[in-house]
Amino acid sequence: MQNEFFTTETQRHRGFEEMQKETLTKRFLLKFFSVSLCLCGLIFPAAFKTFAQSDGSQQNKTGRAGTFAITNARIVTVSGATIEKGTLIIKDGKIEAVGANVPIPNGAEKIDGTGLSVYPGMIDAGTNLGLAEISGGAPATIDVAETGDMNSNAKAFLAVNPHSSHVNVTRINDVTTVLSMPTGGIISGQAAIINLNGSTQNEMALVPTFGLVINFPRITTGGGGFNPFGTQAPIDFNEALKRRDQRLDDLKKLFRDAENYAKIQEAYAADKSLPAPPTDLKMAALKDYVRGAKPVIFTAERERDIRGVAKFAGEMKIKAIIFGGQEAWKAADDLKKNNIAVVYTNVHNLPVRDDDAYDYLLEAPAKMAQAGVKFSISTGDNGAMVSELPFQAGLAAAFDLPKDEALKSVTLYPAQILGIADKLGSLEAGKIANLVITNGDILEPRTNVKYVFINGRLLPLTSRHTELFESFKDRK
Amino acid sequence: MKKIYKFLFLIALLITSPTLLLAQSKTQVLIRNATVLTAVRGTLENTDILIENGKIAKIGKNLKAASNAKIIDAAGKFVSPGIIDCHSHTMSDAVNEFSFSVTSMARIRDVLNPTDISIYRALAGGVTTANLLHGSANAIGGQNSTVKFKYGKPVEDFLVADAPPGIKFALGENVKRTNFNPTPGAVARYPRTRMGTMEVIRDAFVRAKDYKKSWDDFRAKKAMIQPRRDLELEPLVEVLEGKRLVHAHGYRSDEHLNLLLIADEFGFKIATLQHGLEAYKIAPEIAKRGTGVSIFSDYWSYKLEAYDSIPYNAVILWKAGVNVSINSDSDERMRRLNLDAAKVVKTGVPEEDALKMITLNPAKQLGIDKRTGSIEVGKDADIVIWTAHPFSVYARPEMTMIEGEIYFDRQQDLAKRAELQRERETLEKLEVNRPPGAGATGTTAPPIPKEKRQADHDYAEDGGNR
Repeated sequence: MQNEFFTTETQRHRGFEEMQKETLTKRFLLKFFSVSLCLCGLIFPAAFKTFAQSDGSQQNKTGRAGTFAITNARIVTVSGATIEKGTLIIKDGKIEAVGANVPIPNGAEKIDGTGLSVYPGMIDAGTNLGLAEISGGAPATIDVAETGDMNSNAKAFLAVNPHSSHVNVTRINDVTTVLSMPTGGIISGQAAIINLNGSTQNEMALVPTFGLVINFPRITTGGGGFNPFGTQAPIDFNEALKRRDQRLDDLKKLFRDAENYAKIQEAYAADKSLPAPPTDLKMAALKDYVRGAKPVIFTAERERDIRGVAKFAGEMKIKAIIFGGQEAWKAADDLKKNNIAVVYTNVHNLPVRDDDAYDYLLEAPAKMAQAGVKFSISTGDNGAMVSELPFQAGLAAAFDLPKDEALKSVTLYPAQILGIADKLGSLEAGKIANLVITNGDILEPRTNVKYVFINGRLLPLTSRHTELFESFKDRK
Repeated sequence: MKKIYKFLFLIALLITSPTLLLAQSKTQVLIRNATVLTAVRGTLENTDILIENGKIAKIGKNLKAASNAKIIDAAGKFVSPGIIDCHSHTMSDAVNEFSFSVTSMARIRDVLNPTDISIYRALAGGVTTANLLHGSANAIGGQNSTVKFKYGKPVEDFLVADAPPGIKFALGENVKRTNFNPTPGAVARYPRTRMGTMEVIRDAFVRAKDYKKSWDDFRAKKAMIQPRRDLELEPLVEVLEGKRLVHAHGYRSDEHLNLLLIADEFGFKIATLQHGLEAYKIAPEIAKRGTGVSIFSDYWSYKLEAYDSIPYNAVILWKAGVNVSINSDSDERMRRLNLDAAKVVKTGVPEEDALKMITLNPAKQLGIDKRTGSIEVGKDADIVIWTAHPFSVYARPEMTMIEGEIYFDRQQDLAKRAELQRERETLEKLEVNRPPGAGATGTTAPPIPKEKRQADHDYAEDGGNR
């Protein structure tokens, strides 16, 4: 592992002493190179440049490709049995082979995995990562919610900032792929699946327009909460239900209009003698979703709203995913019948009602697992704290979710829910080489990350955090 | 006859309320065969803890207890000191007195709600003690309360009687009202800048010094007329006299340094820099003054002044010899401070020092370390029993006790759930609780329960987010 990253880059969360020692080594080597430079003129300018490159350079940030052999490691494949001592080969951005007895290709760079564990990179299927740099008091950095209620053509992919500081912080904390989604209004826009590496959004993109985000109209009786302009009188439940259904009818009409719009466009494409129909970008954007070719992500928490989603999806024959899902386990029958999965975002939330059990939202993943609901655990975070995903899965395991299920809920299950399980979510030959190598259980907060690969590129373990640490750790 | 009813009512109260648990404190409690994380003298395997009258009486192996002692078998379990959260707004029906820039007369003590469900949830996360602070809307805010979470008791019992009094100061975005839209046409409150913030503090202490002098002169009989009491300046005089702890909210290191310099100028000490997310940039200056820092473990980027926050803050400060605590500032985060402390272990803080950051260190910052914060003979029996090492993500508190009394017991909690569910269903069926649409005769539907305010980010402290 003696390559330029690991002698010049700071590793995340390594011991303070170790880092200081490393700095000394670095200084020594710098001096050595400077002397060499003086003696030899500019014989090795390229080597020197690579070595002395600052953490801020693009080359460093996107890592480097190569053929890698991780040997003698504990390999947690997730999809199959864990290999206690095995080899994993990375080539051309993919996992070429994984197993106990795998030949090492000629020229492969070896990484000794003794004492280390290899995991698939985690996937957070519900974030705004890249869309919101500083969530409070800095609106110029926020691109999460468009104005208006109907933004089917808004694409998160076009607003995700590839250079957000959240990207590096997140990927050196186990999460290598996220769904970044817009919010706001009724139809918020389209979410993107991105890998957390790349100089451009195109390099990051896995599925640029994966799903349509809809805030499912809720039944609200009002009257609760704090309102500085006086309390609004609560309305009758049946009245609230009527209002909700009215909004649902509007949504259904919109979906049918979108279907008709698509038919007209198709008819015109087949027969140009027909009058040319006008283009409507918002209608055009809905086509794949109303036809069930791509999923609609519905935000819903309460049982009645989740059942409402299931009914709506069944009636409209669309693919649905629940985002939120506090009480999804209660609606297991409806969800299973309609093949609807849940992106659960409530491990780090307080129960809504005072008389809910203290662990109401902590034990929900275990209850979903028992009820047979397909789910993933997600931070639902703006970006900065997506790094807490492993601990959210772990905490669910503390409240009765089996540990292997907890790991799957942030790897294989989100891959399945996002329709990318053929590419990601487990360590299998042929999948994209997004993986994390740790010195222990990946869900534990005391575990250190030693190596991260995305698309087979070995990444430096640097971030805004490590850079600031480097700048100030020795100040006396 | 009436007397009998009264008597029965009292009996019923006694049975149903946690005051029943009070009786336990008079007897002994013996925790057996635990792995004890003392927070001061390492980890003790297979160890017993004997509690007498709410205090830790003995720590050792094969301890004997009185025949009526409550025995808790903790074999295979971990025991830690109760967690102390040095920055919280739980129990508080109000957080900010927004109106003035100096509200030192306002007291959190006056708005404490001992029935807040967040207290129980915090106990279920192993928290026993908290520093309940005024919000951060004012350069000089109100007076804090140091409490133990004696859920079920009257509010007086929550207050840690011998805790030194304190006061909140605040700097930066919240004081400038960055996230706050003033009423159109209203005059903006001073200060609007970091310049003004410092001048508000300087001006207050100039006035406090004059006020102190007027009293000193009167007491020395140099002045004949007794000065009028000033409730704004009295707490600041206590600060000048070293009798009141200053907990100073702030983010940017330059601002916190400015405050330390003002304190030097007026000759007082800052007890803690709260948040101090950039404190690592001025670690030597903080260490030199013996000021503590109470931080988030790794929370960042939720506002501009939190953008330079790094998860290495704790290790740099620790290395410089600063007393560091890790706080929550959130009813939600408070439930998992053990995991926030665990995170700093991988940056190089030794495990016991990391544990201190949520136990003994905040106790020192609050001036209550003589009675709590570690497992030592003579200290209050503020104890958590965990299913695994509290730094493991798979750990869960099984029992939380304060001064030897059990305030959270997971087994009891589970056992009560079916009964609570039945009670809830019965209540929902009552005529008065049925909405008209469901056939009730009332004219208005009952309000839905108030959604719990999640005072999560500290910028939610100021009303702009509520």
